[in-house]
Amino acid sequence: MSKLEIKNLKAKIGDKEILKGLDLALEEGKVHVIMGPNGAGKSTLSKAIVGHYDINVTDGKIIFKGKDITNEEPEIRALEGLFLSFQHPVEIPGVNNAYFLRTAVNAKRRYEGKEELNAAEFLREMREIAKEIGLKPELLNRSLNVGFSGGEKKRNEVLQMMMLKPDVIILDEIDSGLDIDALKDVSKGINKLRDGKRSFLIITHYSRILDYVKPDYIHILMDGKVVKTAGPELVEKLEKEGYSSFEEK
Amino acid sequence: MAQEEVNKAISGEYKLGFEIDIEEDKVPPGLNEDIIRFISKKKNEPEWMTELRLKAYRKWLTMEEPHWAKLDYEPIDYQAISYYAAPKKGVDSLDEVDPKILEAYNKLGIPLEEQKQLAGVKVAVDAVVDSVSVKTTYQEELKKLGIIFCSISEAIRDYPELVKKYMFSVVPMNDNFFAALNSAVFTDGTFVYIPKGVRCPMELSTYFRINAINTGQFERTLIIADEGSYVSYNEGCSAPMRDENQLHAAVVELIALKDAEIKYSTIQNWYPGDEEGRGGIYNFVTKRGLCEGENSKISWTQVETGSSITWKYPSCILKGDNSVGEFYSVAITTLAQQADTGTKMIHIGKNTTSTIISKGISAMKGQNTYRGLVKFYSSAKGARNYSECDSLLIGDKCGAHTFPYLESKDSEGQIEHEATTTKISDEQLFYLRQRGISEEDAVSMIVHGFCKEVFNQLPMEYAVEARALLNLTLEGSVG
Repeated sequence: MSKLEIKNLKAKIGDKEILKGLDLALEEGKVHVIMGPNGAGKSTLSKAIVGHYDINVTDGKIIFKGKDITNEEPEIRALEGLFLSFQHPVEIPGVNNAYFLRTAVNAKRRYEGKEELNAAEFLREMREIAKEIGLKPELLNRSLNVGFSGGEKKRNEVLQMMMLKPDVIILDEIDSGLDIDALKDVSKGINKLRDGKRSFLIITHYSRILDYVKPDYIHILMDGKVVKTAGPELVEKLEKEGYSSFEEK
Repeated sequence: MAQEEVNKAISGEYKLGFEIDIEEDKVPPGLNEDIIRFISKKKNEPEWMTELRLKAYRKWLTMEEPHWAKLDYEPIDYQAISYYAAPKKGVDSLDEVDPKILEAYNKLGIPLEEQKQLAGVKVAVDAVVDSVSVKTTYQEELKKLGIIFCSISEAIRDYPELVKKYMFSVVPMNDNFFAALNSAVFTDGTFVYIPKGVRCPMELSTYFRINAINTGQFERTLIIADEGSYVSYNEGCSAPMRDENQLHAAVVELIALKDAEIKYSTIQNWYPGDEEGRGGIYNFVTKRGLCEGENSKISWTQVETGSSITWKYPSCILKGDNSVGEFYSVAITTLAQQADTGTKMIHIGKNTTSTIISKGISAMKGQNTYRGLVKFYSSAKGARNYSECDSLLIGDKCGAHTFPYLESKDSEGQIEHEATTTKISDEQLFYLRQRGISEEDAVSMIVHGFCKEVFNQLPMEYAVEARALLNLTLEGSVG
């Protein structure tokens, strides 16, 4: 059964059509990877799924856990269990990182009809995860992402993901600009969340993260459409032949 | 789309815009010596006060309205304003306050019955409607400690020595155009005297309400903290929603003697006018504190959410050696509001220190200006100042401006100044929403984070009020 299903999705940014009838289904518990050349629509796809304001969906449907969320507010999609790790996490001065995260965690718990986490429980869990993924504890008490290095920002995204425990996780270029230690930490976080139910969509330029996170499916995205879906063996072919061999003739 | 949502979010309805339906005694519009004599007589003032008022009026006539501030407004017709309005009932006897006024104050959340306490804490309140003080609570209890807490009109009659000594001593009657006007026509306000070595056991506060139409409010507040004493004083205010502008020109003087401390907090919520800039209060206020004695301290905290025009620079004159001045400010301009506000820290004594934390928030068509002066006299050896002026912009039609002036005649002094301007971006809001936080909560989270340092300075029960007021201003984004 698929967790997330995208049917014939067409989307514009401004006047420009970027997604041109894209189909994609994420299976429960699987890791899907989207690869494609620059400008193919990879980031647009991730933004369309979470309801980003830049993206104007003109046709098609996004079905999440059986519900049509094509026109749903971004916060509702998030509360339902969709998570995007941003390519460039934004800095928010004055908003304490831990306070923000606790607000987000409790918003989700309230939405699910659960009791809020008390401060002690929350802090214990947050510190444990931070340690596991190599996020410096002092960053928890700083303003959200302000002055964080590239690796610290990505680790902070992984911390949020691990605290929020979403059903579907989209990772938009999580590996770009990371040194090898950061890449290992980030991958550790992702692998820890693989529980046979949760689905992942990894958007990447490079295959190097796939040395640490073993994918189930590779999709090639070109000119706004998925043109090829196959198993992990596709990566090798891609490395040898490049994207041009997948161009529609 | 997102921007419209945000605009809605930060222009929450003004909830205090009701009128109190009471009969008022009101003089016809216009200003001349007869009106001033009338006001003075109405308040049973001694001759010396009448003469001081007339002297101020004559000075005012020779002065010109200042226009150096970054404010744009229709000219004020001083002859079209009524300078005295008072509720007909309940003026003579404190026990016979018009129930409609009591009800109105309850609606504002300000209890005038002593048994009802604000947030479970005893707070003594002086309630001023238009030109008169209608009720002052806890007077008897405070009197046992020698604390005087009464309306300025009572103080002029009952404590003339203190008034003669200190009134006009910090803000001279010809200090500026609006202070001169206030000195001539001031109607009511609060007087506080804390005797030597007494720590005032409760928060003192005044709640100002403009009610009558076409009326100006000209209150005058005088607070004296004698040697080694401490007082925390708070003021709040509101006004009905009207299409015309109403003038509010207040003067506040604080005097802290040796080892005394005055903490003065303001939550200003005058009617701000509408989106087009129609109506709202013109708020031209002179507030100044004198740290007269050694080791004295004056701290101003203000949360400015209302008024269509704000012109206000609560200042400290640090005369006593080792005296301390502080200014913590949050000013929000939304709709078509304009604020030109800041402070002056005048260092005269040795080792005097001052801190300025100013947070300006602009949204919609709001224009927010910080204007501050830090001055070190050559006598101020070892003086230090730290200033931080931060602006937060929401949307692209608003503006933030910073004018820091520094004058130092003392080469040993230290001045540090930091300023930042940031904008709440769609990207920030989206980030928070993607984590399941609603847009309204996201805006509120960013704004509260920005104001935190200042809110932490407010007495607890007022910090709660300030946060609630900020949320009210931010209300309405979910649609």
